Amino acid sequence: MANDPSSKNRIDEATGTEFVGHEWDGIEELNTPLPRWWLWTFYICIAWALAYTVAYPAWPMISQATEGMMGWTSRGQLANEMEDADLARKEVRDQLAATDISNLQGNPDLMQKAVAGGRAAFLVNCVQCHGSGAAGSPGYPNLNDDDWLWGGDLATIETTLKHGIRQPGDDMTRFSAMPAFAGMFDTAQLDALTEHVLSLSGKGQTSPAGAQAYADNCAICHGPAGEGDRMQGAPRLNDAIWLRGSTKADIQQQILQPRMGVMPSWSGRLDPATIKMLAAYVHSLGGGEDFAEAQVEAPVTPVDEQAE
Amino acid sequence: MTDPAESKTVKGHAKLERNITLMAVASLITVAIGGIVEIAPLFWIDNTIEKVEGVRPYTPLELAGRDIYIREGCYVCHSQMIRPFRDEVERYGHYSLAAESMYDHPFQWGSKRTGPDLARVGGRYSDEWHVQHLTDPQSVVPESVMPQYGFLKENALHVADPSANLTALSRVGVPYTDEDIANAPADLVAQANPDADAGDLTARYPKAQIRDYDGDPTRITEMDALVAYLQMLGTLVDVNSAAAQEELAQEKGR
Repeated sequence: MANDPSSKNRIDEATGTEFVGHEWDGIEELNTPLPRWWLWTFYICIAWALAYTVAYPAWPMISQATEGMMGWTSRGQLANEMEDADLARKEVRDQLAATDISNLQGNPDLMQKAVAGGRAAFLVNCVQCHGSGAAGSPGYPNLNDDDWLWGGDLATIETTLKHGIRQPGDDMTRFSAMPAFAGMFDTAQLDALTEHVLSLSGKGQTSPAGAQAYADNCAICHGPAGEGDRMQGAPRLNDAIWLRGSTKADIQQQILQPRMGVMPSWSGRLDPATIKMLAAYVHSLGGGEDFAEAQVEAPVTPVDEQAE
Repeated sequence: MTDPAESKTVKGHAKLERNITLMAVASLITVAIGGIVEIAPLFWIDNTIEKVEGVRPYTPLELAGRDIYIREGCYVCHSQMIRPFRDEVERYGHYSLAAESMYDHPFQWGSKRTGPDLARVGGRYSDEWHVQHLTDPQSVVPESVMPQYGFLKENALHVADPSANLTALSRVGVPYTDEDIANAPADLVAQANPDADAGDLTARYPKAQIRDYDGDPTRITEMDALVAYLQMLGTLVDVNSAAAQEELAQEKGR
């Protein structure tokens, strides 16, 4: 490599450009200046970057980064966006908050809005277990049908949402426990009992032994005719809807070693208006019940509702 | 071409190229600038971590679950970082805080979300749901593409030396006490067994959840550990308290 400054002022004839003076085995470097437009774009970018670091948080300092002249923070921006979104929903929320759940059906317009909001909340919070169409899956109840473990009126659904089912740590959670009957029956007895349980919905052949075993062990919670008991969340056995399968093996497993699901309590996670919306949505799915039938057993008073 | 400023630059450059000492000094300065920009912030990194209450080191069982999470490559599809955007916050919950992963070595923020973010999955579903979902994801989420991890329920949890794991983490700054380290093997077993005497486990690890996670109380499986880990994710800091919200939204310089 030759670095002869004397060659610096030589001009390359083909291009009319000056030589830098570097030469490698006869190949020389030309001093072609950068285009003006490129240089200016480059300088503007540098100026922009410097201005940006002044306007926005950028430079790390001893105790925290510079705040930036604009006072922008990602969290502040989020807070503003959330506030705007809240404001847009405020009217419906306030209306919902002021409306007792038992009066919601009397206000079809609000009910409709609640159902729409509930649908959105359902897709975020509930679909993982109950399915995107709320059809459930083995162990997770189908919410489209009219078979309810704990009751299907708006207030009852709201209570279930608020406190969950078998949720540890929530004193007001719904709790039921079916005892495990493993070892209580011999094979013949178990078969007869299973057949009897199936016969309640017209699928199996009952027998005196099965009926007796049912009456002795099961009827107290599930009812003499398998009608279930919503007061204690005992499933109805005389319909075609089964939470954990309707085959003999499924039923026997549930008798011997019952599996019991857990629903989280949502009162700490979702605000009361969203819970009301969810209750309205679930109620709207097809199995929603009116208060009239529920009130016979447990009158719903607004005072209790507030206390919750 | 014969701009005087330009020819001066070229001349200066020629001078720099010919003087090895000058060249070395100039190189050092250039590299030092790059080095300072990259290295210096690491010394102040702690001031980017919010001072929040509640974050504690993982219990030995959660740590074992975390190791399984990493072993099975869960991070390939699941992130643990809720960014402060409205769409993420409304779906996954309050945005993640730096403090919440300050005891993670390595952190599991991730950048790929084939599956949902898991930063606040703790307490969101029941243990039974997690077991069923890990065993056969499609049985609860039909459109899921997640592989099946039922074997976790078959594998007994084997942690060669829980105390050594804690010791290693304490060397990189996780504040495990000597008591934590000494009790690690016992803590590991006690957290998965509601009938065992857990001693002062919950005092040393506040908000630790003690129960049988996988539905089989007779043994401790990898499923127990993984579900225990998942159920504590994002549950330590009470981010939704009004005071915390206010303070975080007003913090500058982030």
